[in-house]
Amino acid sequence: MTAQAHAHGDHDHSPTGWRRYVYSTNHKDIGTMYIVFGLVAGIAGGILSMIMRMELEHPGPGILGGDDQLFNVFVSAHGLVMVFFMVMPTFIGGFGNWMIPLMIGAPDMAFPRMNNVSFWLLIPSAILLYTSPFVGDGAGTGWTVYAPLSTSGHPGPAVDMVIFALHLAGASSILGAINFITTIFNMRAPGMTLHKMPLFVWSLLVTAFLLLLSLPVLAGAITMLLTDRNFGTAFFDATKGGDPVLYQHLFWFFGHPEVYILILPAFGVISMIIPTFCRKPIFGYLGMVYAMVAIGVIGFVVWAHHMYTAGMPIDARAYFIAATMVIAVPTGIKIFSWVATMWGGSSEFKTPMLWSIGLIFLFTIGGVTGVVLANAGIDYSLHDTYYVVAHFHYVLSMGALFGIFAGFYYWIGKMCGRQYNETYGKIHFWLTFVGVNVTFFPQHFLGVAGMPRRIADYPDAFAGWNLVSSYGSYISGVAALWFLFVLFHTLTRGEKCAANPWGEGASSLEWTVPSPAPFHTFEHQPTIRSAAGGH
Amino acid sequence: MTASSSLASRHTTTALICAAVALGMVGAAYAAVPLYRLFCQVTGYGGTTQVRAEAPGAIGERMMTVRFNTDISSNLPWSFEPPPAPVTIRVGAETLVAFKATNRSKRTMTATATFNVTPDNVGIYFSKIQCFCFTEQVLNPGESVEMPVVFFIDPEILQDRHFDPLKTVTLSYTLYPVEDLAKKKRPVKLAAAVPKPIQ
Repeated sequence: MTAQAHAHGDHDHSPTGWRRYVYSTNHKDIGTMYIVFGLVAGIAGGILSMIMRMELEHPGPGILGGDDQLFNVFVSAHGLVMVFFMVMPTFIGGFGNWMIPLMIGAPDMAFPRMNNVSFWLLIPSAILLYTSPFVGDGAGTGWTVYAPLSTSGHPGPAVDMVIFALHLAGASSILGAINFITTIFNMRAPGMTLHKMPLFVWSLLVTAFLLLLSLPVLAGAITMLLTDRNFGTAFFDATKGGDPVLYQHLFWFFGHPEVYILILPAFGVISMIIPTFCRKPIFGYLGMVYAMVAIGVIGFVVWAHHMYTAGMPIDARAYFIAATMVIAVPTGIKIFSWVATMWGGSSEFKTPMLWSIGLIFLFTIGGVTGVVLANAGIDYSLHDTYYVVAHFHYVLSMGALFGIFAGFYYWIGKMCGRQYNETYGKIHFWLTFVGVNVTFFPQHFLGVAGMPRRIADYPDAFAGWNLVSSYGSYISGVAALWFLFVLFHTLTRGEKCAANPWGEGASSLEWTVPSPAPFHTFEHQPTIRSAAGGH
Repeated sequence: MTASSSLASRHTTTALICAAVALGMVGAAYAAVPLYRLFCQVTGYGGTTQVRAEAPGAIGERMMTVRFNTDISSNLPWSFEPPPAPVTIRVGAETLVAFKATNRSKRTMTATATFNVTPDNVGIYFSKIQCFCFTEQVLNPGESVEMPVVFFIDPEILQDRHFDPLKTVTLSYTLYPVEDLAKKKRPVKLAAAVPKPIQ
């Protein structure tokens, strides 16, 4: 296999035209396709969210005519698109594919052909999900697809299409996870021990394990939904001897690790960026590594904190409260280590650094409201209100998304060979920062006041903050358009990017190859001298 | 060449282990179905009642009221009535009540019931000696049957301070058809896939 790869490299042969992408086995091309896929999904999911905010701008029927089923179709599609088709493909498939082989000094992924299959499985999956709203009444189940609403409340084929979409996306991610684990374990350059790997590689390794352990459980649960819906089984139907709460257990056994799957790569990205722009090594490298491992492990034993109101004995609630709060400890270790890295550094506030600091600040707000929600007693009042919506958008829409933009501005020069315009990048950051905060901060107030999620209308008492929130989403929409302009400007007018545009702070291996990174890199493994790895 | 083939075999080993883990987790998801039922039976989780051979007899002065609730699957054209009034009983005392089911359809049908108690953490202390839900009920068109339940509240509940304020327990049944499922296109598979009622 390796011999063949060498033969390719010697002739500097790279396929052209559509074959280059459709048949691609090159980690950089596949990574680029993933990023484009994620961008398209991000625009689609963003449009869905703007339409929801337009419906909720004023009390009474809005752009959707106050149709709750239609509104819930939008809610469900927005959640599934953002989770499975925006954040995961961009981070794991996109940045992961691009940067993991470069950072560990490997010529490509361990299974290049499987890498191609992973990406192309996403296309039919996306087609199924994107077309499901147009079939019958659509799937208004929420991204959780809870039974019995999904089993007996949605007779049309739309929910079946969503289930198949999740099967395909899950298979794609499991194959990707196997590929990452194999690559990271077996293909590191000589001298790069596990404890010298860059933190982004560590974050992807932990993420890959979470995918491997949690996604098959989702696959099993939604297969049970499928047979309940179509083949007369009764896993979740109480009137036939099943138990709908079992679905909630299975879903959240996947769903909780999933939220760490979404955020850990963001942690990895900013753990690369902050040392780069502060010109000093990350504070507490080993602590950072094992904090991520701890978050991954504990993430598997806290799932029922999503189900406090489903009926749970008080002792079980006490356990899940305590276990959930324990997660704040490794997360705190990470936050404080980033702050300690910045402390006394000679910091440069370029665009990637702004996104990283924004992430730390806003993720911490979301983390604090998470600790509030971890309390079962408080959750009885806040469950399924806009407080929860505000919480998870602070950790995901601002945590994961800010991580994606941080990584985009950090690596775009390496990926396309042209550097973004610093002023334009900063405008994008501030527009987004203001937009998302104006959108989501008022939702805390709405949630505490008792406004429920997933309903297209609300009493007049909630009108004020809903109006503010909707205007905030329009600012975010302008920011997204501005980002498209920045992307276009970078690709067409951007200045040539040096191999290492960031200076001595950027010490990981991707900055040792030219920009844009050539089609084949590290055909001869580099040797890592002491401490040249992650820090 | 040796180095590269050993790398390839290491890749294969790692990937096979990962694939086995993924398949194992799918299996675990399905194993969760019987395990969850077993967990509920053993711990009384979700208001799952217990099965005992006999009651220990009346103990102590504590009285509790047991109320009855019935639900019926929309696929079952029967009527299903709870006992006419709640019963107030001594903790530990063996009690007999009867539920009444009538087949309102024009064919012979088989049904059985799922059940639980509320508040659901009482399940571990709510014991049944005899219950129609342990078996299937076959009714001819228009036929009625009085279905007995013999139960008691375990006196151990008196040792659990969580239940000191508890005065009322609700016993609930949901009656659902069994035979209809077996009559569909693939009778063997489907009948096997229907989980047996919790006992």
